Amino acid sequence: MLSRTLRLLTCYACLWLVLTLPGLSGCSPAEHPSVVTVDFWAMGQEGEQLRALLPEFERRHPGIRVRVQQVPWSAAHEKLLTAYAGGALPDLFQLGNTWIPEFVALGALAPLDERVRAWPAAALADYFPGILATNRLDGRLHALPWYVDTRLFFYRTDLLAAAGFAAPPATWAEWLRAFAALRHRDGADRYALLLPINEWQLPVILALQRGAPLLRDQDQYGDFREPRFREAFTFYLSLFEQGLAPPVGNTQMANLYQEFARGYFAVYASGPWNIGEFQRRLPADLQGHWSTAPLPGFDSGPGVSLAGGASLALNRASPRQDAAWALLEFLAEPAQQARFYQLTGDLPARQSAWNDPALLSNRQAAAFREQLRFLRATPAIPEWERIASRIAYYAEQAVRGALSVDAALTALDRDVDRILEKRRWLLARKVAAP
Amino acid sequence: MNGYERQLARSGWAFLAPALLLIAVFFFLPVLAALLLSFTDFDIYALGDLRRLRFVGLENYTQLLQSPLFWTALGNTGYFVLLGGPLSVAVSLGAALLVNARLNRFPGLFRTALFLPVVTTLVAVAVVWRYLYHPRYGLLNYGLSLLGIAPIDWLGDPDWAMPAIILMAVWKNFGFNMIIFIAGLQNIPIQLYEAARIDGASTGQQFRHITLPQLGPTFLFVALMTMIGYFQVFAEPYVMTQGGPANRTLSVVLLMYEEGFRWWNMGYASAMAFVLFALILAGTALQLLLRRRAR
Repeated sequence: MLSRTLRLLTCYACLWLVLTLPGLSGCSPAEHPSVVTVDFWAMGQEGEQLRALLPEFERRHPGIRVRVQQVPWSAAHEKLLTAYAGGALPDLFQLGNTWIPEFVALGALAPLDERVRAWPAAALADYFPGILATNRLDGRLHALPWYVDTRLFFYRTDLLAAAGFAAPPATWAEWLRAFAALRHRDGADRYALLLPINEWQLPVILALQRGAPLLRDQDQYGDFREPRFREAFTFYLSLFEQGLAPPVGNTQMANLYQEFARGYFAVYASGPWNIGEFQRRLPADLQGHWSTAPLPGFDSGPGVSLAGGASLALNRASPRQDAAWALLEFLAEPAQQARFYQLTGDLPARQSAWNDPALLSNRQAAAFREQLRFLRATPAIPEWERIASRIAYYAEQAVRGALSVDAALTALDRDVDRILEKRRWLLARKVAAP
Repeated sequence: MNGYERQLARSGWAFLAPALLLIAVFFFLPVLAALLLSFTDFDIYALGDLRRLRFVGLENYTQLLQSPLFWTALGNTGYFVLLGGPLSVAVSLGAALLVNARLNRFPGLFRTALFLPVVTTLVAVAVVWRYLYHPRYGLLNYGLSLLGIAPIDWLGDPDWAMPAIILMAVWKNFGFNMIIFIAGLQNIPIQLYEAARIDGASTGQQFRHITLPQLGPTFLFVALMTMIGYFQVFAEPYVMTQGGPANRTLSVVLLMYEEGFRWWNMGYASAMAFVLFALILAGTALQLLLRRRAR
């Protein structure tokens, strides 16, 4: 009996060995003790182009090696959250600046206030203030902007000139006259502008321009039936009702660049990544006939746009924060920001980097520099991305005519109030137990 | 039970133990955890600090049943199961009959060729099918244009997106059921057909009165597995359309994935998983019941 038990135990031991051996052999070879390896996750093309900056960093910091992992944008948010849940966040990572409140709620980011205190005073002031503000929460700095992203108009200079406008207008009223002229060109299947109906950005920008608060009572409830939001929303819908914009989504546009070249639409609200795309994809004979313009305002231009962009943050649980900070500091240098622009086309978050000749000579980037002075951030709460997706959903329903303005905004308020229920509970609890 | 039998039982358990342990740790424990999770509001706040977790009882379930998006997803999934399931079984059976036909000189070749889509990576398949479905340059619309039919925006048109996904899913999956049907066909005693031919039964009569009844158990198995698999449709719409256009290809599992991993509403997503489980269980029970009635 005993020998039988023993034999079984031996069997289990063998099985255990077989099962765990691959794990053992998978261990990385012992690293040199004096060299610290920093894990860095960056998204999309940034993750790829970034590598060109690293030899310089590793030359300056012989004790630090950088391991970059490239994460596709479409999966980045999920991957970062899952990595946090599994305790596998890298030492340093890129994140969209609207995700910062979420990661702050998780307590995943190491505050940077102490570290930037060692910087010269001018360095922090060098960041575009609207962008830097999105990295601050509850008075603390949680991340540093890497590059900026905002929305403005891309337009056909030739078509606008033919419509009687030598320069892009500065107000919505004037743009509406331009749109009307652009609409009545040859043929009926022409539109003035393209606003993908499955995006939340433009309705929100219009609301921010009107001064709508979006949320009320410390961001505890939706405030979408508020008159200013309603006004902006109605204005947005009117662009479709008047036939100025086609009611199509992003996915229905087979080739946006071709359609822009064909003159199917003359104006397109989009972000900096499209400067490069337009330069690459539009036919050569059209290259001199397009430009960018700051968004118009309701009173006198320019109007505010979104303070978007990507930031870099340190993992609070990382034991290699000092080395990761060295890398972050390096990437924040104006010289590196300028080089990064040359590699990726991403617009620098620091104003002094814009004095780089390559950026100064880029005609289409100039409007962005102007726009970056007029920014407004979306509410800094973890629920914002969900709320934005509901705005996009109801805006699309209203454009398609499936819901009236009142029905859409009432439903939006109801959905958003439900999304914010947990936030109300947390705030109430905080008040009850100071 | 005498001593020998007891010893036998003990060693039986000992041999089973590793497998049972693995199932318990990697299946039953997570399922139990998910069930508990479905009664909480586990979200991003709770992930950061467990003190921010609340037990909400059945609230996730009631909220789910009131959510129009869930009903949309359920409707889409039902569409997929009801159209795709029978279509898949019919195509598998047809292919199995062709491969198994006596006129077919190379059964091995055809069996392998038709099985190939099953083992191909879905993402690769989806990339190729997206070319086929391209509204302007796609092969499918080119074929239609030869017949004088106007081009269809397969994946962009709300009415056509789901049929397009079903077509791809059926093409991708029918090979597996075909193999099972071939095995079933080869198990039918050849004497039955010989006797039928002597009695003067036509090919159609042979199919109706010998092949179909003899395939009964195979049918049940194939129908059940297909239904269970199709209820859990996820990868096809995830890769091809991301649930669009206008949520017309949003399936229950895709919605669950979005709620769970995009918005990190684990409690709500778990509740959805159990509702889907209940639906699949009911569907399976219904099929078994119908089969028993028919017998």
